[in-house]
Amino acid sequence: MIGLAHFLILGAILFCISVAGIFLNRKNVLILLMAIELMLLAVNMNFVAFSRFLGNTDGQVFVFFILTVAAAEAAIGLAILVVLFRNRQTINVQELDSLKG
Amino acid sequence: MFELSELNALLPEILVLTLTCVILLVDLYGSEQRRGLIHLLSIATLVFAAIATLRIHEPGQTVESEILLNGTLVRDQMGDVLKLFVYLVMGLVFVYSKGYLRDRNLFKGEFFVLCLFGMLGMMVMISAANMLTLYLGLELLALSTYALVALDRDNRLASESAMKYFVLGALASGMLLYGMSMIYGATGSLDLSEIAEGVRGASGDNLVLAFGLTFIVVGLAFKFGAVPFHMWVPDVYHGSPTAVTLFIGSAPKLAAFALAIRLLDDGLGGLHGFWQSMLILLAVASLAIGNIVAIAQTNIKRMLAYSTISHVGFIFLGLLAGTQEGYEAAMFYAIVYAMMAAGAFGVVILLSRAGFEAEDLDDYRGLNQRSPWFAFVMLMLMASLAGFPPFVGFFAKLQVVKAAVNADLVWLAVLSVVFAVIGAFYYLRVIKLMYMDEPTTDEPLRAPVDLGTVLSANGLAQLILGMFPGPLIAICAAAF
Repeated sequence: MIGLAHFLILGAILFCISVAGIFLNRKNVLILLMAIELMLLAVNMNFVAFSRFLGNTDGQVFVFFILTVAAAEAAIGLAILVVLFRNRQTINVQELDSLKG
Repeated sequence: MFELSELNALLPEILVLTLTCVILLVDLYGSEQRRGLIHLLSIATLVFAAIATLRIHEPGQTVESEILLNGTLVRDQMGDVLKLFVYLVMGLVFVYSKGYLRDRNLFKGEFFVLCLFGMLGMMVMISAANMLTLYLGLELLALSTYALVALDRDNRLASESAMKYFVLGALASGMLLYGMSMIYGATGSLDLSEIAEGVRGASGDNLVLAFGLTFIVVGLAFKFGAVPFHMWVPDVYHGSPTAVTLFIGSAPKLAAFALAIRLLDDGLGGLHGFWQSMLILLAVASLAIGNIVAIAQTNIKRMLAYSTISHVGFIFLGLLAGTQEGYEAAMFYAIVYAMMAAGAFGVVILLSRAGFEAEDLDDYRGLNQRSPWFAFVMLMLMASLAGFPPFVGFFAKLQVVKAAVNADLVWLAVLSVVFAVIGAFYYLRVIKLMYMDEPTTDEPLRAPVDLGTVLSANGLAQLILGMFPGPLIAICAAAF
């Protein structure tokens, strides 16, 4: 029987993969954007699972909003990416080093 | 269902949204020369919003906190005060940035529309009574600022910093959301008041709750820019056009304060013991790294970025006390800081000209000989940021330190004072450069009338509020 814990573990694994993707990725900015999407989806998994097992629909409503915001976020992220590529002719993470954080 | 009359309490938000859309349309049909109209309309929006916020309740009375629209929003005294100061700071942003944007061919409707949408996000965040509204307000603010940073399309540094800001900001939102999902799972509600009840009923070692709280604190620290989640702050401050830095560095700090109060006190107040120790770590690290690394900076925008990080440490000092006194002190600090930061970036804008950014500390050499008055204004702002009496920055620091002492955290209070003294060095260095060094250029400083007047008022406010801090302290005290 698949219980709440299984869904939470799946959510946690997806979340960890996405965080690792953001920090370990040294190649391409597009992969960062994918990792961000994955992170939001991991959160959605949590919300839906909790919502189902608590018998409370608030979590599912939240998921709809997260999906919408994720779409807007992806649009802005890609727009920034286009600007970045026009200015630098590269989207390699390692070459984005003119600001020393 | 909700009563239609509840919309009345939402008047400021509805007004800002409507007028922003009007500005968007006016910009579409207006000619190139009519951009001044957009600027005026944006300032008028702020004035109308302020009137609407004040009109909702009787003057002089404190607002009874009321929950609106099925528990998604709350209208209370703290929210109204914070919103009024957000309008004020946004007004400073609009006045200061006009000439700068015009010189750089950025004086477009987009800047004002994005700033106003960002402000709407802050207003929603400030009045949120539900994690969903809190998240939506936060994202509205965040998405507007990402676009603002990249506004100067042909600027290599700006596009790079926009990308970094976007990735780290989205990561922070993800962390916050993950925390929210855990809190939802543990308490079964998104409503902050119901969460507070659920937390009170929960046993002390609820793993899900502790897990959620940790992620929420991490997300908050990212949004505030507290060490060790501060990587984006210097890069974004440095890379974005100064007018945008002015926006990012000032008003959102008030919204971040509201976010912290809503989540940590209104929602998770029952877990004070847990989050206090986390905030102590963040505060100590922010004070240390912020003040020490700022000394090594030669770029004033980076220096002010590290100074922000250290001031966030002070705001946390008030928050982590977890007492009413601590929250009042933190709110006073956030308000004062937002005004000081706006003034400091205002001076950076004042010294910049077309094709020249006054970013290096060397550009401030001998400012006293070029313009004694504006050197004095900068002196007041720097002294206030450093926390010298009789400037208002001193009272802000005094109050948070007092709150920490009263919360039995004497060692932390002593540590914060030590770091404040270390931090005074880099503010004093700016003053020394302005007054004791020879100017690198003998070009006279031309200040536009509006920028000059408002900037002078902003600088003088540091002195006047410092000599008469009573009213502002009373306003903050009435908020809790």
